[in-house]
Amino acid sequence: MLNNLMAWIEQRLPLMDAMNKHAAQYPAPKNFNFWYVFGILASVVLVNQLLTGVWLTMNYEPSGEGAFASVEYIMRDVDYGWLLRYMHSTGASAFFIVVYMHMFRGMMYGSYQKPRELLWLFGMLIFLVLMAEAFMGYLLPWGNMSYWGAQVIISIFGAIPVIGDDLTLWIRGDYVISGATLNRFFALHVIALPLVLVVLVFLHILALHEVGSNNPDGTNIKKPKGSVPLEEQSKFTFHEQYTKKYDIVDAIPFHPYYTVKDLVAVVIFLIGFCWVMFFAPEGGGYFMEAPNFEPANGLKTPEHIAPVWYFGPFYTILRIIPDKLLGAVGMFGAIVALFLLPWFDRGTVKSLRFRCTAHTVNLVQFAICFIVLGALGTLPATPLNNMIGIVASFGYFGFFVALWVYSKNEKTKPVPERVTGK
Amino acid sequence: MKKLILAVLAVLPMLAVASGPSLHLDKANNDLSDKASLKRGFEAYINNCLACHELKYQRYNRTFADLNISDADGLANYMYTGEKVGDHITNTMPGKEAAKWFGSTPPDLTLEARFRSPDWIYTYLRSFYVDEARPFGVNNKVFKDVGMPHVLQNLQGVRTMDEHGNLSEATGGSMTAEEYDAFARDLTNFLEYTGEPNKLERESMGYWVIGFLFILLFFSYLLKKEYWRDVH
Repeated sequence: MLNNLMAWIEQRLPLMDAMNKHAAQYPAPKNFNFWYVFGILASVVLVNQLLTGVWLTMNYEPSGEGAFASVEYIMRDVDYGWLLRYMHSTGASAFFIVVYMHMFRGMMYGSYQKPRELLWLFGMLIFLVLMAEAFMGYLLPWGNMSYWGAQVIISIFGAIPVIGDDLTLWIRGDYVISGATLNRFFALHVIALPLVLVVLVFLHILALHEVGSNNPDGTNIKKPKGSVPLEEQSKFTFHEQYTKKYDIVDAIPFHPYYTVKDLVAVVIFLIGFCWVMFFAPEGGGYFMEAPNFEPANGLKTPEHIAPVWYFGPFYTILRIIPDKLLGAVGMFGAIVALFLLPWFDRGTVKSLRFRCTAHTVNLVQFAICFIVLGALGTLPATPLNNMIGIVASFGYFGFFVALWVYSKNEKTKPVPERVTGK
Repeated sequence: MKKLILAVLAVLPMLAVASGPSLHLDKANNDLSDKASLKRGFEAYINNCLACHELKYQRYNRTFADLNISDADGLANYMYTGEKVGDHITNTMPGKEAAKWFGSTPPDLTLEARFRSPDWIYTYLRSFYVDEARPFGVNNKVFKDVGMPHVLQNLQGVRTMDEHGNLSEATGGSMTAEEYDAFARDLTNFLEYTGEPNKLERESMGYWVIGFLFILLFFSYLLKKEYWRDVH
């Protein structure tokens, strides 16, 4: 009976085939390490944000008069409303932590290189939409930092010549941040951007499965058909989409091997996540900023307006450049540079394990500069901080320039044919 | 790779260099699980603060329930102006008029402990001093030129500030310094409670959830190990 039903569905919509293609018979390199768990973790956080978001929306009131009180209503009067809210607010920061780790993984192992450029671009689009989503979500509690943070970020668009002022007016829907702004941000935050995000994630995964997963060695696990003796091929069953064109080596099916491995990673992640959520939901003032426990007040500026930590690196680049327009160009340039990473890198060796020492040094200095820029973004703009910020910005952009230069005629180590198993 | 991670970790402590006013705050050392202290704080709030400062996000009956006060008892002893027991803790002071009287409208204090910090409230309550230049004759060391008069002056007495910025012992109040500190601690405790009424529940749930996750970790690790025996 059940088999008949399954067959009936399968003839009309090949669900089992799709499951096999993307999970049970998807060839994943067997040497994934620690850095390969963050894609799954990002999906877990995405689901968390979508679900808790739905329930928060049931009790939230998107209006200048009622928003702040409705959040406190959720915290006090809604059953487990406080839990939903903390899951959502902690999830926002966790999202950026795992996404930054995920991106850095791609940079270390060259996962953006040919043939995975489109995969990287979809990933960058996800990152961009995620920033917009987080920015708009941060306005919704309608605390004073929500208000002034949005004020500062929207005013960046005012730096654009000619259309700047009209553009900020169009974004705000008012001459100042107001209930009109809150309402449109709410609509974008709960409907438009999540839809775009989910579609992009879908495309990101489809693009990944088309070209196949990279691995810490940067080797190719798909060899030309007929080039590998049968006893050296992976002994598992893979979907014919992959096997009809290639001989697969060093691979295991994503399910069950990586699903059970990722389960361990997810549980470890959840332990950290829950520790923050239950014992330090304010994240030391970084995940929820103290001035946001005061309602939005257009007449009272917080002493020190700081964006949430995850915007820190880009905010610092904006701030250290004295000219507003150039600052905005620098900030967007920092993101554009990441988009163009596959074309800055002219090398053919993917993993830093087999690239020149300069590349490792360059990556490490990039990571340090990124973290320093992030830290500075949450601190006041003192002259010393600005000096450090300028140096770190040079490090940030210098990464791309240096990469473009040395990757042309790079002295690389020989890349093994098969994964090293490290 | 390990070196890379270590290098990144080595920079992380820089994040901890957070900014903040260098103002010295005394430790409140309040205890949210001390219901008697919360009750005293609630009482002190009703009698001394509520006339000007609302707790408009907090309900009477929620407070009663959390502080082990019955609704009947609460209605009789804590509610004076005819509200219903499910109402928010508000007052009838007109905001616009109050802004004229004090320079600005006295703020709602439901979330004050989260906005400032319990230590700030505790120190603030004890840091009024005589300053004839101010409209009410007092100033505050933690909140310069605050619009609020020292409404607890009859309890604490008055303090003066010397040229080095140190405050004298209070004189002329009905409480000793220790009694007043305890009084301020109770009030602080109560305001930390109103800032997040679920805090204790949150933390106790946290232990259970994380305990469960550790058990799940153990079994999911075994599951992984079992499956991965096939992988060579």
